[in-house]
Amino acid sequence: MKKSYYQPEDLKKFSAITEWNETLGKKFFDYYAEVFKDGHLSAREKSLIALAVSHVVQCPYCIDAYTKDGLEKGIEKEEMMEAVHVGAAIKSGAALVHGVQMMNRHDQLSM
Amino acid sequence: MTKKSLKARASKLSDTQHQLDYLSNGIFKDGSLPTFKEKLTHYGLAEIQPKKLSILQINIGYMCNQVCAHCHVDAGPDRKEMMDQVTLEACLKVMRENQVETVDLTGGAPEMHPQFRWFVAQIRSTTTVKEIIVRSNLTIIMANKKYHDLPTFFKNNNVHVISSLPFYKRNKTDRQRGSGVFDQSIAALNKLNEVGYGKSDTALELDLVYNPSGAFLPGDQAALESDFKQALKEDFDIDFNQLFTITNLPISRFLDYLIASENYEEYMHTLVDAFNPSAAQNVMCTNTLSVSWEGYLYDCDFNQMLGLKVKGGKDHIRDFNLETLQKREIQLSQHCYGCTAGAGSSCQGSIA
Repeated sequence: MKKSYYQPEDLKKFSAITEWNETLGKKFFDYYAEVFKDGHLSAREKSLIALAVSHVVQCPYCIDAYTKDGLEKGIEKEEMMEAVHVGAAIKSGAALVHGVQMMNRHDQLSM
Repeated sequence: MTKKSLKARASKLSDTQHQLDYLSNGIFKDGSLPTFKEKLTHYGLAEIQPKKLSILQINIGYMCNQVCAHCHVDAGPDRKEMMDQVTLEACLKVMRENQVETVDLTGGAPEMHPQFRWFVAQIRSTTTVKEIIVRSNLTIIMANKKYHDLPTFFKNNNVHVISSLPFYKRNKTDRQRGSGVFDQSIAALNKLNEVGYGKSDTALELDLVYNPSGAFLPGDQAALESDFKQALKEDFDIDFNQLFTITNLPISRFLDYLIASENYEEYMHTLVDAFNPSAAQNVMCTNTLSVSWEGYLYDCDFNQMLGLKVKGGKDHIRDFNLETLQKREIQLSQHCYGCTAGAGSSCQGSIA
């Protein structure tokens, strides 16, 4: 048994999920491919969004994949880091905004 | 960044057999990845067949003013190999006798060959070749006073200029090609624009070549072309016609980089996973022949650098026989995955 839950080589095996459920697996990969095509947002913009989200959901496979995807699309490291900060700002903001709930609760319970 | 070729460094990889062995062993021998021939067979593409010859690509010498980190030729100032007069004449004879449509001159920096201008003028005046391509690294135009008039020379001989520019920003370009290369390239592009190259109101073609500055594939050619055009116009008022994306093939100095940076296995997985059967049917070895400075014939410039001469015996320009060559079996190895990945790759950009 591997000593870590995450193995870099497992990313290459992602498509193997269809082997245990072809219908759902195929639907997922078709949907995924469609999502990342040029649309109202360019494929380049979507790649940066994906990179930011990858950090927010803390998926090492996604971070590997979308850093490489960004390089392929000519996205520069400064743009990548700004995207990561957008994700981080939302995540920290999401934590911090709960402070209002804490304040509300505090005031409700206090004399 | 290195200042010397693999050959000058006496690197093991300057031995072409060592490169071929490396590409056939390891992950391809232990079954982790299929060999290129196995992949073709899997898709019912038993072999790659030559089609009509339309491009004669002539490498007139390995000398170059740059030592780029990715160079598949292992070119540089220390490379002295250059095509001699007898072989240049033999190439002209082949062009005349075989109605070659396009001649693609490459190197090294082909402009550094002492007979370069004579050769171009001879192609223009004594053959029926329609298109002369010169693969210029751009910086050569600025490297020395004697090269400053190259744009005018190109224009006077109606040369199609294809130039390397790894990126539209300084940092990535200089990392791959050497410090100061970006600024020199921009100055050269301005000079080409000044004589009409890349301008919409002339027929003087100026195309750029993008190849990734690392162990990843080029992105979509049209999207990158759009980014390049916008950035070069806004920042430097530069115009050009098309952008060609070219995948770095795992040979020579790029193979050296892949191994040293421990990216080799992942890069080969990337190439194999991105295999595109429709690209495989349009690879450039189907319509191109490559000639080395010594006059030997190869299926492509990459096979030239691996020492894989055309099969069939008649492998020198002096024995050129188009009929026999059209029936040859193209030499394949694992580096061929570089031309079939994603949208495919050739000296004319993506192919699928």
